[in-house]
Amino acid sequence: MDFNYTQEQQMLQDSIEKFLDKNYSFQARREIIAAREGMSQTVWEGFASLGLLGLPVPPEYEGFGGGAVDMMIVMEALGRHLVVEPYLSTVVLGANAIVLGGTESQRRILLPSIVNGSMKLAFAHGEPRSRYSLERVETTARLEGEFWVINGQKSIVLHAAVSDLLIVSARTSGEVGDSHGISLFFVNPSEPGVAGRDYPTYDGMRAVEVEFTDVHVNTDSLIGVLDQAYPLIELIVDRGIAALCAEAVGCMGALNAATLEYLKTRQQFGVPIGRFQALQHRMVDMLIHYEQAKSMACLAAVKVDSSDAGERRRAVSAAKELIGRAGRYIGQQAIQLHGGMGMTDELNVGHYFKRLTAIDTTFGDSDHHLTRFAEVTEATAEAMPAPPKSKWKQLV
Amino acid sequence: MDLNYTPEEQAFREEVRAFVRSNLPPDIARKVLEHKRLTKEDHVRWQKILYQQGWIAPGWPIEYGGTGWNAVQTHIFDEECAESGAPPVIPFGVKMVGPVIIAFGSPWQKQHYLPRILSSEDWWCQGYSEPGAGSDLASLKTRAERRGEHYIVNGQKTWNTLGQHADMIFCLVRTSSSGKKQDGISFLLIDMRSPGMTVRPIITLEGEHEVNEVWFENVEVPAQNLVGDEGRGWTYAKFLLSHERSGIAGVSRSKRELRFLKHIAAHEQKDGRPLLQDPRFMDKISRLEIDLMALEITDLRVASAEREGRAPGPEASILKIKGTEIQQGLTELMMEAVGPYALPFLPESWGDHWLGERVGPEYAAPLAARYFNGRKVTIYGGSNEIQRNIIAQHILGL
Repeated sequence: MDFNYTQEQQMLQDSIEKFLDKNYSFQARREIIAAREGMSQTVWEGFASLGLLGLPVPPEYEGFGGGAVDMMIVMEALGRHLVVEPYLSTVVLGANAIVLGGTESQRRILLPSIVNGSMKLAFAHGEPRSRYSLERVETTARLEGEFWVINGQKSIVLHAAVSDLLIVSARTSGEVGDSHGISLFFVNPSEPGVAGRDYPTYDGMRAVEVEFTDVHVNTDSLIGVLDQAYPLIELIVDRGIAALCAEAVGCMGALNAATLEYLKTRQQFGVPIGRFQALQHRMVDMLIHYEQAKSMACLAAVKVDSSDAGERRRAVSAAKELIGRAGRYIGQQAIQLHGGMGMTDELNVGHYFKRLTAIDTTFGDSDHHLTRFAEVTEATAEAMPAPPKSKWKQLV
Repeated sequence: MDLNYTPEEQAFREEVRAFVRSNLPPDIARKVLEHKRLTKEDHVRWQKILYQQGWIAPGWPIEYGGTGWNAVQTHIFDEECAESGAPPVIPFGVKMVGPVIIAFGSPWQKQHYLPRILSSEDWWCQGYSEPGAGSDLASLKTRAERRGEHYIVNGQKTWNTLGQHADMIFCLVRTSSSGKKQDGISFLLIDMRSPGMTVRPIITLEGEHEVNEVWFENVEVPAQNLVGDEGRGWTYAKFLLSHERSGIAGVSRSKRELRFLKHIAAHEQKDGRPLLQDPRFMDKISRLEIDLMALEITDLRVASAEREGRAPGPEASILKIKGTEIQQGLTELMMEAVGPYALPFLPESWGDHWLGERVGPEYAAPLAARYFNGRKVTIYGGSNEIQRNIIAQHILGL
């Protein structure tokens, strides 16, 4: 057991912090959000030159070959700076999908383009009626000769408007709600039949409601095994969740720092308001939430690559549940302690709060993961140490 | 970063497990697991077994009888002990006064007291709180006046835990009333059999005798029982607090209690099904379990930062706050789990050899008392509000 970063990880953290400090001020972020694309090509190229776009990509495809802890370091920094670039969709979800599920030729063709920044991806899985269930796929793909024909609608597809390729889940057999019978496809958004409305989300990102009407894709657009994409989707989403947890920790750390600074500088009744015990104790509780969240982000990062799927699910859901709660507490209290200033658009506090709120509803909120955690825990109960021996069964 | 146990750590766990399994007396383990009352003899018997093995004081320097374990090994040891139902080592000697004597005591004090702490020959208790000095401990009034080779002690201590069993008490006493109130405090070691001492039980809300008032009336204490320098007792007390940390979060015991809670919930019925399948109750258990998972990592993170040489610090307050909240959550849910069968109040059934008739499931009998008694954990050792003050001041700089 070891909680330290390696020297390389330390360097990774330093270089990304330095880059963002220089290129991603709060004002710069504002301008990026205001631009039509909702992202910055310059920043994206900077990410490429830092090696961030190839983080989970193995070296044989020109990537960095990093692990989940490296990803945690990067995502925490992105959270601290409230980065709105399509990193989650392209790298965490997109590149991982190809690394984990792609054929050798898909990897050879696509991964180097992701690494060098020339290709962006979006993960089109959620649907208007699926809420957080990963197996509720209504979009269909049926084989017609040489083509798969896709019909359906995908909701809130993050960064789809700037992406060069969509990763789309569709039902190739079975009923809605079956985990078997789901497949993943690459779809070029410029194909005839792909349409969508691009809109902003409250946390400064952009998303699209994507409609597929008789969209024809080649049979080699299939990712992974036909009908058996569900475990792959679940794994990709779990990696996404681990990354979001780290991003949330970055947001929470920044919010706590800003709030603490405010308590020390804002004067009322002739003293800094941080002198008041009611506010001190609130700030302490924010700190405790942060430390617990940080612990869970570490746990999720370390366990998301576990070969034991039960252990992975348990850790990831526990982390997402706790971080949802912690993010809500810290976000709400940061605004409260900033008073009227916390309500303004001008201050970054509200923007962190909005991002934390969005993270809670991405890939399942606290309630969803509390349920998943309980199910996994019950299912793996036999594997856990037996409860203490006792005689009360006879005695009752 | 790697949160998995190394093969060496796994091997260490096996070693500890094998030892505890074959040496922990089953009658003691049963009492612990079933929340029965433990006697002084039960505690001493187990502590002597650990002493024989050389494992009684993991936190001490090796030359004084410590084990030289790192934070992860200590965590594994705690976990294995807790899981098997070993009683926690009574902290007042090994975890509290021992480290103070090691750091500040005279050669005579070290030679005389430390071996007796390790062997459980002396049972220690603590004389800190007073009727007028709780959270504001430095305002304590128990006086110690130097007369020749003795101190004469007069005053009253309260919330003294298990002093009815004790041979020795370590006390904070006032040796001077001038200057800052913290500066007039000294750290004295007092024999509980000294003439002029009276121990009076305080019965707590669950009906048990766990704490006492201790009265001092012209008690003569040899001057050689002063630890360190006169007037420096507050410094030693603060040192003690920062070394009382190993296990302060109570993670291992809480993990065991969580399993017990699930065990109860699996046997209790609600609408013809196990309570464990009730989504509303399961949510409460799961939330607590997740908090505990996080606390375990937080605990290890703090311990590992300490190992890196960063001074033991106010982070312990975070562990204390979260750990005690979880402990209370567990006692609350256990009581809730048995529903109305928490109500029968039969303290005589919590001890040894009870042959009388039970009411309800056996596991239900002590649960209400444990819930009531458990309210203490957010009060003792510096109330959780005081812990928040410490964090605000020393971590946040407010």
